[in-house]
Amino acid sequence: MKKLLSGNEAIALGAYHAGVKVATAYPGTPSTEILEYISQYSNVYAEWSTNEKVALEVALGSAYGGARSMVSMKHVGLNVAGDPFMAASTTGINAGLVIIVADDPGMHSSQNEQDTRYYAKLAKIPVLEPSDSQEAYDFMTLAFNISEKFDTPVLVRSTTRISHSKSAVTITGQRENTDANIKYSRDFEKNVLLPVNARIRHAQIEKRLLELAAYAEIIPVNTVETGNSNLGIISSGIAYQYARQTFPKASFLKLGMPYPLPQELIQNFASQTEKLLVIEELDPFIEEHILMLGIKIIGKKYIPLIGELNPDIVADCGRKAHLLPKATSRKTISLINNLPGRPPLLCAGCPHTGIFFVLSSIDHRNRISGNDDELNSKLSMAITGDIGCYTLAALPPLNAMDTCACMGASIGQALGLEKAGLASKIVAVIGDSTFLHSGITPLVNAVYNKGQITVIILDNGTTAMTGHQHNPGTGITAQGETTQQVYLGNLVRGIGVKDVQIVNAYNMKELRNAVRNSLDNPELSVIIVRGTCQVIAPKISSPNYIDKDKCNQCNICSMIGCPAIQYQDEQVYINDTLCAGDDCAICAQICPQNAIISQTIVKKV
Amino acid sequence: MKDLNLIIAGVGGQGNILASNIMAEVALTSGYDTKQTDTLGMAQRGGSVISQIRASSKVYSPLIKLGQADLILAFEKLEALRWAQYLNKYSTVIINNHRITPTSVNIGKENYPEDKEIISILKEKASRVIFINGNEYAINLGNIRVLNIFMLGCASFFLPFKVQIWENVISQQLPSKIVPINITAFNKGRKEIQNVNF
Repeated sequence: MKKLLSGNEAIALGAYHAGVKVATAYPGTPSTEILEYISQYSNVYAEWSTNEKVALEVALGSAYGGARSMVSMKHVGLNVAGDPFMAASTTGINAGLVIIVADDPGMHSSQNEQDTRYYAKLAKIPVLEPSDSQEAYDFMTLAFNISEKFDTPVLVRSTTRISHSKSAVTITGQRENTDANIKYSRDFEKNVLLPVNARIRHAQIEKRLLELAAYAEIIPVNTVETGNSNLGIISSGIAYQYARQTFPKASFLKLGMPYPLPQELIQNFASQTEKLLVIEELDPFIEEHILMLGIKIIGKKYIPLIGELNPDIVADCGRKAHLLPKATSRKTISLINNLPGRPPLLCAGCPHTGIFFVLSSIDHRNRISGNDDELNSKLSMAITGDIGCYTLAALPPLNAMDTCACMGASIGQALGLEKAGLASKIVAVIGDSTFLHSGITPLVNAVYNKGQITVIILDNGTTAMTGHQHNPGTGITAQGETTQQVYLGNLVRGIGVKDVQIVNAYNMKELRNAVRNSLDNPELSVIIVRGTCQVIAPKISSPNYIDKDKCNQCNICSMIGCPAIQYQDEQVYINDTLCAGDDCAICAQICPQNAIISQTIVKKV
Repeated sequence: MKDLNLIIAGVGGQGNILASNIMAEVALTSGYDTKQTDTLGMAQRGGSVISQIRASSKVYSPLIKLGQADLILAFEKLEALRWAQYLNKYSTVIINNHRITPTSVNIGKENYPEDKEIISILKEKASRVIFINGNEYAINLGNIRVLNIFMLGCASFFLPFKVQIWENVISQQLPSKIVPINITAFNKGRKEIQNVNF
C-alpha cells in the first residue's frame, strides 16, 4: 500500500521499522517533526534534549548500550554538536547510530545555508542523501545496517524540500525487534579517548573509510540509469529530481551515498558519456571530488552555489550550458514582482510585544523607519538578540534588536560589547528555550567575569518558533509525561545573579519599572518576562475595540507592531479575529487618549 | 493520465495546508503518482503560504515550473496575483474574493493592488479567472473555517477526481465532529462555482 508521507514522517517511520530504541533531538526547522513523529511510538524512548550536543551524547551513550539510536537536528545544530560528532566518529558505536541533519537551502528559516556533507568528510563517516520520501524511509534501515557493519555513525542529510514535501511511500517493513541487543560491555581502547587510544582509533578510521569507499562501489543506492550517451548527469538528493525532470533523456549516476564516493563507478560512468554534468544543491561537494579524479566535468560554472534549486533554475543552467534549446522569453509583469510582502511578524497578543515596546521606546527606535544611520546617532543602549520568534522584534516598527548570530549568542555578545568599553547600556534578550539550550554557560561566564549587563529572558512557556515543543522549563517531556520543571528564577539565582526580577509580560508598568531598575543597577541583572505564547494560550477575552470619538489618530498604537491593529480609510481599527483582547491589552495600556477599550466580557473557554 | 500541476495559495491561518493535504491525498487515491510541497517560511500566522501539488503517472520534481500550473486556487486576492507567473493560457484561477491587508499596506508603506489590476493581469495570463465570495459562503455555512473545504469544492469541478474520493478523504482527514459541515461546504463549493459567470 502506498502512503503519502513527508520526508520527516518517512524518516521517523523508517527508523521505527529499523528498530530504533532511542531518539533524541532539539527542535529546529526543517528537522523538528522527525522527533515529533517518532515520539508517538510507546516502544521508542524519545526526548527533547536541551541542545544538539546533549542530544548526540545521549544517542551515542544509548548506542554504546546496544540500542539502535538516532538523533535529529537542523544543519546549524550540528555546529553545536560538533564535539561529540567527532568523538562518535572516533570511538565508533556498538548498536547503530544515525545522525539526521536537515539543511535549509534558501534559508526558509535559518541564519545560514551551510552544506552538511562537508561534516561527513571532516568526521570521515558516510552520508546518505534521500531524494524523496520513499528513499527517506528506505535509507533508515540501510543507515543502521551500515552503521553496525562498519562501526561508524552514519549521517543522513535531508533538506527542507525533502523533509517538508510529501510523496508516495510503499511501506515494506515492519518493526524490527532489537531488544536482545541491549548489553553494556566496557571497551577501554575504543571508548576512552585518551591519546594513547585515540591514536589507534585514528588508524581505524582511515581503514574504515577505505572499506566504506569500496562498499560505495556496490551499494544499491548508488545507481546508474542509462540514457543517451551524449550527456551524463551525476546528482544526489532533491537536485536529482529537478535534473531528472529537466533532462529526461540523459544518463544518470544517482548517488544515494555522496560520501565516500565510488571512484570506479564514477570513472566508468564518465567514460561512457560525452559530456558530464554535476547537479547538486549548495556547495560543489561531489564536483570537487570528481575534479580530483582528473575527470572533466561541468557543475557550479552554471548551477548556482547559493540558495535552493528548482526546475526553472536547472533548466536555465541547461540552456546556459547549451544542453537545452533556448526558451521563448516570458513576459514579466513588474507589478507581480513588486507586490506587498507578508513578512513574519510577532502575533497579535504575543507576550514578547510589551517588553520590546519598552526597549524600543528608550531610544525612540520605533519612530525611525528602519534607517540605521538615523538610529545610530541616538542610541544610548545596545540590544543583543538571539534565535526565536522574538528575533522578529529586530524588524520595524520595533527595531528593538541589534544582533542575532546563533543560539545563545546574545549573552556572550553583550558581555563583549561591555568589555569593549562602550559607554552605552547593554541588554541581551533571549528566549526561555534558547536560554536552556545554550544561554546558561554564557550567563555563568558573565557572572564570573563581573559583567554589568542586563539579561532579559522571555519565558513564554514553550519553544514557539518551531511549533511549540516542550523544554525543561515546561515540566513536560517529549512523550507527554510530567517531569521536574526547571525554574528559571532559581536557576539564575543559583548561578549567582543577585538582581533577578520576574515580571508579567502584559503589564506595561511592571515592564517599564523592571527595565529602569535593571539599567540603573550597575551590577549584572536578569529580568524574566513571563507570559504564555498566545498561539497555545486558551482564548478567553473578547477583542479590544477603538472608541472613535477618543482616537485622535496619533498612531502610537501602530508602533507596537501588532498585526491586529490595522487601517482602513485612514482610520485605525482592531481586527477582531486576530486581537487577543484583555489577555494582552498592551495597546490599551499605551494609548495616550485611552481610546482603546479592552473588554472584560469573558467568553466561555 | 493527464499531468496535473496545482497550486493552493493563501495566507497562514486560512487552512491552506489542510486543503493541500486533502488535495494531494485525493490525487494519490485516484491512482496518480503525487508529490506535494508547502512553502511557508517562518510565519506562524499571517504569512504567504503556497502549496504545490503535482500528480501524473510519474512525478520527479515536487516544484512546479513557471507557466505550468493548470490551476491556482487562491484563498486571498493578493496571493492569487503573487503566483501569476505560474499561469499559462490554459490555466484556471479560482479566487476567494477576499482581501487580507498586509502590515506594510496597513502602515502606508505599500499599496494593495486594485481589483481591476488583479483581474486584468490574471485574465491576460489565464483563460479562466473566477472570483467567488468564499468567506460569505463559509460564514453562511456556519463557520468561516470551512472556507478551505468550500474552495476545494470549487476546484474539484475542474479536476478529474471523483466526488466520492473527495468526500472519503475529507472524512478521513478531519475530526469526525466537523466532517458533516465540511462535506456540506465541499458540495456547496462544487455547486456554486458552476453558477458563476466567467
